[in-house]
Order: sequence, then structure tokens, then C-alpha cells
Amino acid sequence: MSPLDDNQPSARTASGNGIRTDLKLIAEMVEPGSRVLDVGCGDGALLAFLSRQKGVDGRGIELSMDGVHQCVVQGLSVIQGDAETDLKDYPPGAFDYVILSQTLQAMREPRTVLETMTRIGRRAIVSVPNFGYWRIRTQLLLTGRMPVTEKLGYQWWETPNIHFCTIKDFVVLAEEMGIRIERCMIVNRAGRVTGHAHSGLANLLGEQGVFLLRRD
Amino acid sequence: MSAPNPAAVPAEPATMPGHRVTLGVDKPMRLDSGAELGPFEVAYQTYGALNADRSNAILICHALTGDHYVLDQHPVTGKSGWWEMLVGPGKPVDTDRYFVICSNVIGGCMGSTGPKEIDPATGKPYGLGFPVITIGDMVRAQKLLVEHLGIDQLFCVIGGSMGGMQVLQWAVAYPESVFAAVPIATAARHSAQNIAFHEVGRQAIMADPDWAGGNYLLEGTRPHRGLAVARMAAHITYLSEPALHRKFGRNLQNRQTVTYGFDADFQVESYLRHQGITFVERFDANSYLYITRAMDYFDLAADYGGGTLSNAFRKDGKGTPVRFCLASFSSDWLFPTSESRAIVHALNAVAANVSFVEIRTDKGHDSFLLDEPEFHQVIRGFLEGCAEHRGLTRTSRP
Repeated sequence: MSPLDDNQPSARTASGNGIRTDLKLIAEMVEPGSRVLDVGCGDGALLAFLSRQKGVDGRGIELSMDGVHQCVVQGLSVIQGDAETDLKDYPPGAFDYVILSQTLQAMREPRTVLETMTRIGRRAIVSVPNFGYWRIRTQLLLTGRMPVTEKLGYQWWETPNIHFCTIKDFVVLAEEMGIRIERCMIVNRAGRVTGHAHSGLANLLGEQGVFLLRRD
Repeated sequence: MSAPNPAAVPAEPATMPGHRVTLGVDKPMRLDSGAELGPFEVAYQTYGALNADRSNAILICHALTGDHYVLDQHPVTGKSGWWEMLVGPGKPVDTDRYFVICSNVIGGCMGSTGPKEIDPATGKPYGLGFPVITIGDMVRAQKLLVEHLGIDQLFCVIGGSMGGMQVLQWAVAYPESVFAAVPIATAARHSAQNIAFHEVGRQAIMADPDWAGGNYLLEGTRPHRGLAVARMAAHITYLSEPALHRKFGRNLQNRQTVTYGFDADFQVESYLRHQGITFVERFDANSYLYITRAMDYFDLAADYGGGTLSNAFRKDGKGTPVRFCLASFSSDWLFPTSESRAIVHALNAVAANVSFVEIRTDKGHDSFLLDEPEFHQVIRGFLEGCAEHRGLTRTSRP
């Protein structure tokens, strides 16, 4: 779940006829018929969408029992597990895409998770909330307190999001790790693409970034 | 403990419901021990109908003291079928849609060849002359039965506990003959603790003078006391501390105070004694020895993976094609979730198609036999997903 989102129980949109904006952007990056592992797949909205629309061979890992249950009940191949302990068993290149949506900031060791993802997947797709987003910056500047907004609903002492970064931070880490950003979409609050990964303006206006990654 | 009814002996196989087939006639079945068995009988039951292309068969594997009466009233105890919660018309394992097969394991005592049956070579019951069998041997016999029924590939093999071991054995030994596998509350090898519990049970049986060195059928005795103690000890392992506490607490049995003696003062004692006494009326003591031994010997990694479980799920350099769904129960300390997770990790290592759910319940190992709606929904969802992939449409049902 994103700290910049409402506490959405489902990744499906309220109207029920589609999926969340960031998931749609992720889905756009996935080639039809590929092998996909969705890490932190929630209730399986993205996996179900990819299976239906793109004919992918989809698998998932989800921490919450309720999520796993909702996935398996609809026939999706999902295991109950933790991204930080249960990814390491997969062989290198086991998947065409390993997807991590809005969860990297909640990992104890985001760098290790990124490393594992780019090892077991030929490509990784990661979406991260941007802590450099202007609304967040403004709140910290004006109030002097950790930002808590409509879309960022946690107090500092209760948040599961322990490793926030900005778009810029993420780009720097990827470079350090020798991970190539093959494609990147920075989107604003309305879900519109606002710019490129290296643009300072995107780091200000973008609410989240979606990155297609490949290890060099 | 009051003595069980000595007149209650298991019914004769010939008069029991279900089917029986003689296998291993042309060629005896080679066992893991190196011994040969054959011809031998397999008692089995079927529900539903096989479709035209023989693609809708589900094999159910029963647990240690189970049998093939999944839906029938039990011929000895009169109780209803042991998996009616999960199997039947409209149930997750839908007999309106699937052809369901369940056979009594070899070494068992409900109609398949086991130590209480007559050895054709001697004209007497096998007793301890029966060869030691393994989970692999049980599955080998099931494979012959499935071939006898003209089925090349089972749509699914499903079972809990020892049944789950058989499911894993099927998937590893005959991956091309299994489309989907559902091992429930099980492990890829029997743990030291579980072997230890089984040893207590076996020693209880063998310490009973009426066991008579295994020859009780010829001697006209029955080691009921030993077998009952074995069952009592085992039964505790099927439950959980919270479930026992909820059910019995320290409540006294039909009395206001303790008696300062060794009568069954506590309800839990009375309950266990009842479990022991009723068990001996339907189960053969030597079968108990043989089947517990088979479980003890089970170790997939050692037998098929050179010590590494993931290798057991690999063939010709490729990961298993079988689709798996594993389920464990949070309060099961006999086959804890960690055992299922070890299997999941091994399957991940070959990038197999696997689902895994831990069901939250305080009912312990026996949960797979009980009313656990969440568990049942998972099985239904998984089977429906697999049926779609297998091309089993609802309209193609017989």
C-alpha cells in the first residue's frame, strides 16, 4: 500500500471496471505471454488483469493471509511469504518480469530486494512513491513536522514505510547498483506522466515513479 | 479402561462396499525394500463419472488410519465418510464434475493387501511376514490401479498428512501423470519428533502380551490395550493445546471432586480412552506398525534429490510441470507450516507453479478433516483455476 494513497482495501478502482493507475502503467510495460512474478500482489488485481489481458504466466507472493486467500480463491498462483526472505530461492532469470508495486519503501533492506529482483527476473518493474513531491516538501517546510496528508495517512511512529526515497534517490541507487533504467514514467496526482527520471521538475511534480529495470 | 468389545472385528473385505481389484498378477510389484509383492488386492471406491477423454479424475490419498470410504458410511463404525466436508456434489472436490478415486493403501486393513490378509504362499495371515512397505510402494500400487482404470493423467492428486506425503510422491515419481497436486498439512520428510511419536505407539503395541510377536490372529488374541494406547498418544498430536483446553479444560468427568485414584477423573482422560477403545475396533495393530514405519522412512530429498529437496522436483534439467497448492494450519505442531514452507521454497527453486496458504485455526493437525471454510474455499478456487487451464469446462461434464 502506498503512503501517498488512501488506505485502499483493493487495488481495483472504485468503479470496479479497471485497476489502479500505477498498476495500469506497470501493465503497459509487460510483454504479452511473459512470465511474471508480482511481489506483494495484494488481492491479485494486477495478476488477474495481466493474466486476462496479456495472457501472462503469473505468480505472486503476498504477506497478508487475506490477500493470499483472495488470490488463490480466484485461481491465481500465489504463495504466502515475505519478499525479504522468500525471493532468494528462485533461480536466476526465472521470470521475464518481477514486479514490486508501492512496497519498496516498506522493506527492511530495499537494496537487497532490488538486487534479488533483478537477479531472478530478466527485468524488474518497480513503482515508488516520491518523497520529493512538492506537497510533501511544502508540508515539511511549513509545519516542521513529518508530512501526514490525505494520501499519506500514517504518523511517523506507526508507518510501515521505513525507507522513503525521492525519484532522484532511486535513480542514484540504481546507478550505483549497475541497474539500467530502461523506461521510466513519473506521474502526477492525476496519473498523468509529467517528465523523465533525471528531471528535477519531475522530482518535484511527480507523485510516484514507475521504473523498468535491467541489470547491465 | 473398560475392555473393548471382543466381538467387534473388522468386517470381511468381500462384504464391504466399494471395489476390489487384483494387481501384480503378471508381474509382482517390486518394493523399495527389494522384496516383491504380488498378486495383491487393492480396495477402492469411486464417486462421480469419468469423462470421455478421461481427464477429470481426482485421486484422494488417505491418512495413516484412514481408508477409501471418503463419502460412504463406514462399514465398521457406521460413521459418515471422512471427507464429506470437502468432497461431494457441489463441494470443492465436486463429484458432479470430477471422477473421484480413493484406495486403501497397501499395508492397510480395510480390504487392500496388508499384514492381516492371507499370504497365498502359506495360507496364513501375513503378520510380520508382510514386507515392509514405503510411501513409494503405496503410490506404486495406486499407479497400477489408475492404469487399470485406463487413466493416463490424473487431473489432481490430493491428500492430508500421510495422504499429503503420497501426493508429493506422486508428483515426484510420476510428474507426467499428475496435472495438479494438493499436499495438505504434510512434509517432505518425517521429522525426528514425528518418528519418536510413532515409536512410542509401536512400542505400546509390541509391549502388549496379546500382540504375541505379531501372531495374534493365529493365537486368537488381539493387542487391543497396546493399540489403544498407541492411538491415545497419537491423538494428542492431532490436536492443539488451545483446542484441548477449550474442549475440556480441567473439567472433571461425572464427578464433583477428584477421587485420589487412577480412574478417569478428568474429561480429557475419558475422551482419550474413548478414542483408544473405538479405534481398536476398526484397525489392525500390525497395519499400524507397517504404516507408521512407511511414514518414518519417507524422505523425498534423500530418495530423489541427492539430499536437496529442490532436485527432487527437477527432471532432465527442467522444473516440475505439476501445478501445486499447499495448505498448512497455524496450530498444527505435528506437520507445522515450516514443513510446507520448505516444500514451497524447493518448488520456487525450480520456478514451479505453486500456491501456498497457511490457514489460521486453533484446531491443530486434524483441521484438514474439519469444517474450515477458508481452507475449503482455497481448494475450490485452486481446482477451478486448474480446471480452466486443463480445459475442463463445466459443459463437458459427463
